[in-house]
Amino acid sequence: MDHGPLIPRNRAAHPPAYDVDYKTAVPRSPRWPLLSMESTISEETGPTFGHGILGKHDNNLIVNYTQGEGLAVGERIRVHGRVLDENARPVPNTLVEIWQANAGGRYRHVKDNYFAPLDPNFGGCGRTITDDNGFYEFLTIRPGAYPWPNRANDWRPMHIHFSIFGHAFGQRLISQMYFQGDPLIDLCPIAATIKSRSQLDRLVAPLDMQGSRPMDYLAYKFDIVLRGNRQTMFENKLEGM
Amino acid sequence: MTQELTTLMETPSQTGGPYVHIGCIPSFTGITSIYPVDLGVSPIEDGAAGEIVTITGEVIDGTGWALRDAMLESWQADAAGLYPGQPGADPKVNGFCRFAADKETGKFTLRTVKPGRTPMRYGGTQAPHISVWIVARGINIGLSTRIYFEDEDNDSDPLLARIEQRQRVSTLIARKTGDGQYTFNIVLQGDGETVFLDL
Ligand SMILES: [Fe+2]
Repeated sequence: MDHGPLIPRNRAAHPPAYDVDYKTAVPRSPRWPLLSMESTISEETGPTFGHGILGKHDNNLIVNYTQGEGLAVGERIRVHGRVLDENARPVPNTLVEIWQANAGGRYRHVKDNYFAPLDPNFGGCGRTITDDNGFYEFLTIRPGAYPWPNRANDWRPMHIHFSIFGHAFGQRLISQMYFQGDPLIDLCPIAATIKSRSQLDRLVAPLDMQGSRPMDYLAYKFDIVLRGNRQTMFENKLEGM
Repeated sequence: MTQELTTLMETPSQTGGPYVHIGCIPSFTGITSIYPVDLGVSPIEDGAAGEIVTITGEVIDGTGWALRDAMLESWQADAAGLYPGQPGADPKVNGFCRFAADKETGKFTLRTVKPGRTPMRYGGTQAPHISVWIVARGINIGLSTRIYFEDEDNDSDPLLARIEQRQRVSTLIARKTGDGQYTFNIVLQGDGETVFLDL
């Protein structure tokens, strides 16, 4: 089904490739302009994943590493929200993946040798598929802040990495969710790659007491907006006459 | 004052970071108890129609160093030029693959079927190509490019035709190194910088 061309990406919504304060970006940022063109079928289609790929615990990072045998250490939180497109339409049935450090700020990764210990009950990834109205939710623990090699004493604020598909490969997005009130956000060179304060604020999830569960978990709400399709009544008229 | 537009701005991208594998291909870092199998292990199943091709390469930074931490995704049509989900598309082609630079050598490998030509909305066709998306630490927003094939007719491809500096066209064309074997390096910056796309 032809949804129409994708709305051209608004690059002002995003960090520039080159940012001198995020040192690894310096040699990894293209210098020449991107080649811009109207989207084609290659960008307007994309992989789709059915609810059938999901295991019982996939969106519960507290138990998914042990398949329910043990509980991860940390402050129990629910992270939930909605995936929308630029036209403010919900994006149903799309895959949302997350990954994060454990409560001590350590990732279960061969390259992470920070001396905060691994949690034997925590793997650090999860996935879910949005419902018919674009809603998703995860149960997890609040990740710890952690130091990283950039300037001599840089720390990442508490964050959860998000990967979202949409229904078109051109909508593909990876981002990070931060937590309301974390003072490290304003000190972080990666957060600061986003030059618009209002855009950075959109990555900061507010505490959501109404979404929490008494005596069990707090909640944070995180909505995500993907690119939309250009939809006009004139779309199929070739020469515009 | 005017009426307000009701459109939303896209959520800003952030780097996938050094541990993108945990979220996307957890078995890369030894996490195997959560999902039975990583997503996007192969874009094809046995029996996919068409020519099987293997594309190897590196993602190279502005200093000439091959990244050891890049994660790539590909999306493509089947041998007849139909995308998965289109009527008549090859059921053995899911079209999507995730693959990573090797943590020791930086080399990546994509084994798939060579796609067919695909239609443009207003007529004409695109030469066979595979869309690629690259994320890594230091890449603030995923980079999009395409793999074309040197032994296909690329002359009438509308995207390649838009590249003004004709010597840069070759950065999007995989070089044939043997029967069904191709090399395709992605240069993030500097001499031979790959043409990255905004579609
Ligand atoms: Fe992180």
